[in-house]
Amino acid sequence: MDDTSLGLWGVPLAMLAGAIRVSTPFIFVSVGECLTERSGRINLGLEGTLVMGAMSAYGVALVSGSPWLGVCVAACVGLLLGALHAGICQLPRVNDIATGIGLMLFATGLAFFLGKPFIQPKAPNLGAIELGWWSSIPQVKQALQVNYLFVLGIILAFALAWALKNTRWGLIVRLAGESVDAALAMGASVARTRLIATSIGGAFSGVGGAFLSLYYPGSWNEGLSSGQGLMAVALVIFARWDPIRCLWASLLFGAAGAISPALQSVGVTQGYYLFSAAPYVLTLGLMIATCSPERSLRGAPGELGAVK
Amino acid sequence: MGAALERIAVPTLALLASAVLFGLLLAIYAGVDPFEAFALMYQGAFGSWFSWQNTLTRAAPLILTALCTALPARLGLVIIGNEGALVLGGVAAAAAGIALAGAPALVVQFGMALAGMAMGGVWIALAGGLRQYRGVNETISSLLLTYIAIALMNHFVEGPLRDPTSLNKPSTFPIGDGNMIGAIPGTDVHFGLVYGVIACLVIYGFLRFTTYGFAMEVIGGNPKTARMMGLNVGRYVLAACFAGGAAAGLAGMIEVAAVHGKANASLAVGYGYSGILVSFLARHHPAAIVPVAILLGGIGASGGLLQRRLDLPDAAVVVLQGIIFVAILASETLYGRLWKQKEAR
Repeated sequence: MDDTSLGLWGVPLAMLAGAIRVSTPFIFVSVGECLTERSGRINLGLEGTLVMGAMSAYGVALVSGSPWLGVCVAACVGLLLGALHAGICQLPRVNDIATGIGLMLFATGLAFFLGKPFIQPKAPNLGAIELGWWSSIPQVKQALQVNYLFVLGIILAFALAWALKNTRWGLIVRLAGESVDAALAMGASVARTRLIATSIGGAFSGVGGAFLSLYYPGSWNEGLSSGQGLMAVALVIFARWDPIRCLWASLLFGAAGAISPALQSVGVTQGYYLFSAAPYVLTLGLMIATCSPERSLRGAPGELGAVK
Repeated sequence: MGAALERIAVPTLALLASAVLFGLLLAIYAGVDPFEAFALMYQGAFGSWFSWQNTLTRAAPLILTALCTALPARLGLVIIGNEGALVLGGVAAAAAGIALAGAPALVVQFGMALAGMAMGGVWIALAGGLRQYRGVNETISSLLLTYIAIALMNHFVEGPLRDPTSLNKPSTFPIGDGNMIGAIPGTDVHFGLVYGVIACLVIYGFLRFTTYGFAMEVIGGNPKTARMMGLNVGRYVLAACFAGGAAAGLAGMIEVAAVHGKANASLAVGYGYSGILVSFLARHHPAAIVPVAILLGGIGASGGLLQRRLDLPDAAVVVLQGIIFVAILASETLYGRLWKQKEAR
């Protein structure tokens, strides 16, 4: 065995690399959605926000030459889409699940519409931190290339967990999610809290999209996202509305998503498409294992319609 | 009087608002005259007999996939796995068609329809059952099932069912020209449209005139009351989801048997997702699905003309669909507010 061939060891290594690389969009979307759902609203449109974020980040990076400006613009676009969702859902008798589906369709279509000119050209990518400097094996080096956004996502997850627990603002968000009456008694505006929480959640998803188009896979096309935004929403339920658990779950999903290409790279091509369904099967399996019809889920925000 | 007028006025307002928003987007971003664009869209959708046939051909799968959302919605479930049921229904139908090769055409078609409907029905009943017996959110699970369905289709089309002669676009073996569903006499529109309209009328009659339909209304209104009345809610959920999935599966069978002649990736072109929109626009009402599907089919049919004449991206019609979807949902808030105040006085 020479330096470039790791044999079957390539599979767990590729899954580790996947956990680092593929998980980043999951981290951003799930942490953002976690905040939104803790305020008592569900945003199913984050899939569309992710795609819009990816498109706008790529377009801005291409035109301006600065990928970080692209990330900022993606966050702003996500913020606007989140605010739009919150604004519409605030109207009486409007269903937030259906509106989320509608905005998902709208944002995806808009991204394809506006992003048509960006499919061919190559935009500058975000840089990475080389954590594999100690190793001489190229695969290990490649696996340990850590993007700055991955680190930022981890920091955001811990920061959100701390803020929800320890700040006045975190308390108001949790109150809006647990009991509208209690929040009103405290003198907090439920509508404004949810507007802010949904907008920030959208901004996080936009950044997650920027990672897709500017780092991995690192290009813009119409098949860029394959349901990551939606899986992240399911993942929040599995993570019981806790930002830190969202982080672990995202890493698990990243690894699952890397199974299929990892097996292919060591020559196992049988059932490539079956293994590519692994993350979806895993999500579904975890939801079946953790949900129960008799009681509402432990840790579920009381005002959240989707889990009642 | 006010309520009846409202049911027409509110969606009309929402559609007008969407047209204005879409027109603004075209004028500001693409520099296209919106009136010219709308005139072209009308021409591409309903302007000639040729475009009418194109529109109706696209409406056929939309009618059937819309039922996949509409039927469970009568019970208060939001199912959005239509695309998955359509895709797997198509694959199952193609497999049945290949297995029955040599039998009389009617037998083959019947077998294909049965296989497609059973497959689609089981797929959506899975989401309904998980909701009913495990408390898993049916919206998310049905969408995850769609991604699994597309992966399964790719697996079968590239693997066990692959026709080795299909090089560029992996496909199953063809079902044979003699087994194809033909066109309605005098038109190029295939019989799938007729099946869709019949399905909607039958379901409308079922919901309106049978005790089962009434029971579904009770469950949709308040499941707890329904349980106290002794209704087996779980059985109704499974049945409605199965019937809805069967409709989407039939749409997949028709795509195979009337359009492509085999199953391949062309099945997953978004009829399922548009079907969700049709169902919501029709407010999950089976009789309203037919005209709404024709309208949406028309919007889809006009995409090509917009692309050719005005050089707009093909996603333009998807944007319009998205705007309409959001506007219609937001307009729900207007019900009871337009006329009620006057009546009270």
